[in-house]
Amino acid sequence: MDMKVTASTSAEQLPAVLDAVDTALIAEIQTGLPLTTHPYAEVGRRLGLDEEEVIARLQRLLKEGVIKRLGVVVRHHELGYRANGMVVWDIPDSEVSELGLCIGRFEFVTLCYRRPRRLPDWRYNLFTMIHGRDRDEVLANVDFLIDRCGLQTVAHEILFSQRRFKQRGAIYHKSQLQKETGN
Amino acid sequence: MHRYSKNLQQTESSQLGFLEKHLLNDFQHNLPLVPRPFALLAEELGTSEQTVIETLQLLQNRGYISRVGAIFRANTIGASTLAAMAVPEDELENVAGMVNSYTEVNHNYQREHHFNLWFVATAKDETALRQVLQEIEQRSGIAVLYLPMLEDYHVDLGFELQWT
Repeated sequence: MDMKVTASTSAEQLPAVLDAVDTALIAEIQTGLPLTTHPYAEVGRRLGLDEEEVIARLQRLLKEGVIKRLGVVVRHHELGYRANGMVVWDIPDSEVSELGLCIGRFEFVTLCYRRPRRLPDWRYNLFTMIHGRDRDEVLANVDFLIDRCGLQTVAHEILFSQRRFKQRGAIYHKSQLQKETGN
Repeated sequence: MHRYSKNLQQTESSQLGFLEKHLLNDFQHNLPLVPRPFALLAEELGTSEQTVIETLQLLQNRGYISRVGAIFRANTIGASTLAAMAVPEDELENVAGMVNSYTEVNHNYQREHHFNLWFVATAKDETALRQVLQEIEQRSGIAVLYLPMLEDYHVDLGFELQWT
């Protein structure tokens, strides 16, 4: 449950807890840890830090929720999960947090964010990403969510992905990271 | 299309052995923070550290793994947003290519909806981010919905893979 609390901090409430070394560390590992026997020591060597400090900082960033998880990041599509449905829900503002937390704890949900409505063009305020091996599996998972979280009266749409034009991790540039530190 | 996907799926499953499947599934959110994390994985899986490292490298080369590393909370550093456009079908390829040309854009998908182009952009701050979206709007002549994350409800423990 600790994770849940830190993970649901809204963007506006984020404390500025990162120092220059943290941001350099984030920039260094954003494309992955080196696949060597001593990955943290290697990251430290590149940054002029010792292994213990790299490990301690990663532990802290995990605890604070800056890092949501550390491990193997798989590519769903390549592993046979070819259907990917972005399910968007129009939930009364007073209920969105409760229902968001209900939806966000299921393993087949890979993202669950509240975002602003853009009326009149866009009415939905909760966005969830659901992967499945095919469309039927995604649809079954959506039905499961509706049942388990009591979403029977909530309007929703499923936007299946068609073409993937681009997919990679976000890239933070060191130069821009350094400008943001020290605040 | 469906049949094609199923065939690929079978090919993939049959290519993946015990070690590969466990490396893909079991360590998505708990890479040990110890000097030799891959040695610990090896111990759990009954193999050698070197084999674990080589297998992870192979899985990465084959595109099954994007990296072994961290998933960062959105907007921890810089600003990012989801954005959407309703692009006429015959312009989609061009507009998608134009959107892709921005290094700030890291994901870009066509989806089945009136709003048919969905992308994620990340920049150093909100001003820079909005500038990118504005430029995309001007170059395409199509409105861009700006949909930044307000709250994150997801506990990210990775994704349970099923092999059957």
